[in-house]
Amino acid sequence: MSALTELGLAEARDGLRAKTFSARELAEAHIAAVEAARPLNAFLCETPEKARAMAAESDARLARGAARPLEGLPLAIKDLFCTENVPTTAGSRILEGFTPPYESTVTAHLWRDGAVMLGKANLDEFAMGSANVTSAFGPVENPWRRRGDNRPLVPGGSSGGSAAAVAARAALGATGTDTGGSIRQPASFCGIVGLKPTYGRCSRWGTVAFASSLDQAGPMTRSVKDAAIMLQSMAGYDPKDSTSAAVPVPDFEAALSGDIRGLKIGIPREYRIDGMPQEIEAVWQRGIDWLKDAGAVPVEVSLKLTKYALPAYYIIAPAEASSNLARYDGVRFGLRVPGESLDEMYEGTRAEGFGAEVRRRILIGTYVLSAGYYDAYYLKAQRVRALIARDFDEAFKSCDVLLTPTAPSAAFAIGEKSDDPIAMYLNDVFTVGVSLAGLPAISVPAGLSGDGLPLGLQLIGRAFDEETVLRAGTAIERAADFTAEPSFIAGRA
Amino acid sequence: MALDKAAVARIASLARIRMTEAEQVRIAGELAPILSWIEQLNEVDTSGVEPMASVVQMKLPMRDDKVDDGNIRDKLLANAPQEARGFFAVPKVVE
Repeated sequence: MSALTELGLAEARDGLRAKTFSARELAEAHIAAVEAARPLNAFLCETPEKARAMAAESDARLARGAARPLEGLPLAIKDLFCTENVPTTAGSRILEGFTPPYESTVTAHLWRDGAVMLGKANLDEFAMGSANVTSAFGPVENPWRRRGDNRPLVPGGSSGGSAAAVAARAALGATGTDTGGSIRQPASFCGIVGLKPTYGRCSRWGTVAFASSLDQAGPMTRSVKDAAIMLQSMAGYDPKDSTSAAVPVPDFEAALSGDIRGLKIGIPREYRIDGMPQEIEAVWQRGIDWLKDAGAVPVEVSLKLTKYALPAYYIIAPAEASSNLARYDGVRFGLRVPGESLDEMYEGTRAEGFGAEVRRRILIGTYVLSAGYYDAYYLKAQRVRALIARDFDEAFKSCDVLLTPTAPSAAFAIGEKSDDPIAMYLNDVFTVGVSLAGLPAISVPAGLSGDGLPLGLQLIGRAFDEETVLRAGTAIERAADFTAEPSFIAGRA
Repeated sequence: MALDKAAVARIASLARIRMTEAEQVRIAGELAPILSWIEQLNEVDTSGVEPMASVVQMKLPMRDDKVDDGNIRDKLLANAPQEARGFFAVPKVVE
């Protein structure tokens, strides 16, 4: 049965339609894989009964030739998406016991198209983190280990459970969310594909909000084609999200030719940061050579304000978070710590319910929005954001897509960098500018580090041009021919 | 700027997060280096640049002003830590 968990989404879709196996068989193989993957702590909640019921419906539809686009395909859902009647925690104690009475738009789209739900994936608390170590329900382990070193590594974050589940073959694909790099960096750390669409491409409705002007949902899969298939269902205008874009959703699978002849590939010179490990530099150069060999034309471009993207992000994202997280007050849902007065109840609930990193970001956000500091910090960061977006606009006048490393390092050990917030924040140095500019970007596995860990390359496109990102991503994927496997694969001895 | 214990106490109170004095001291020590790192933004000349609140280049759409999801009181109350007679219940606010 384990062979069924090794398939790609596209192959599984074909196998179901050809009746090589049933949706029930595919679901059972994955339910077993989710159980086998428990040592990774990638799931906060398993939903085998729901998976079986959904697979039964899929088999009925397949039998009568009425298969939907994702019919019978088992997926993991980051526990930031509200799922009707299935507990949703956002990785936080403050939401422990919360069971949404509604379904997020993105997951509703997946179920509408026939996907099968395996469970809810672990994440950094409220998606605030780059290593999945801030989850109130424990860290996730990366299924990869360094060669000759058995220490458990982080899967990246915040979509760490999603990335680990897909890499370990416990799910064919997973949803992630990306605010500053939370899809792309864990995809790079776990050797999978992660796609952050253009801001507005996927509805944010029903997704627990972190920073509303940045949050965007996207697919995490084992191939570029699978990412295109999942995005097709996740995307689309939603009147319930006022920033959802009323633009047509193209046929993403049709964009996978990999034909990039004549495509101009921008190489931002400011991404050659001080102290960048040689192996990151090397994989980047290899990527440039691959695209050149496939007929693309590399051009050097400048993103002058690159080094200011992270500090701007660490004003804007906490500011929005402090406002969004004001709703967790012990009144309507989630944890309540009783108090004599209303304020005492609020203060006790929020002190006990939020973890250290979330409290830290709420405090930073409250500070930069408070009277006397608003102009100096918050408005300043928004002005820098405008300049960063302008930099990208300028760069795209001379190129069609940008190529950069996804992260400045491979996965590190659980516990490393945990006592130095700034070192942790630097994980997102290559991803966060893209988020501020709202652009689409993909991370594709490109090779291994010296000690045998996956390294990803990032392709960044113009707003709403996921197609070029997917096309160039396909070219990288073909050239890289990344077949290395993690040391832990669910259900394999 | 330096962030001291008193400033942390003020922010924590604005954010409605209970904090002991020892925590205030510790958090001030944690936040100070983050804030000075953030302050490198002052090196950027932003004169004449409008603040960017959103990357979405559109006017927020208006919808018809009509109830389309009402009559779900019990669903809304299902997650309440405490309810009373169809309302969310909280500690007494007015004597």
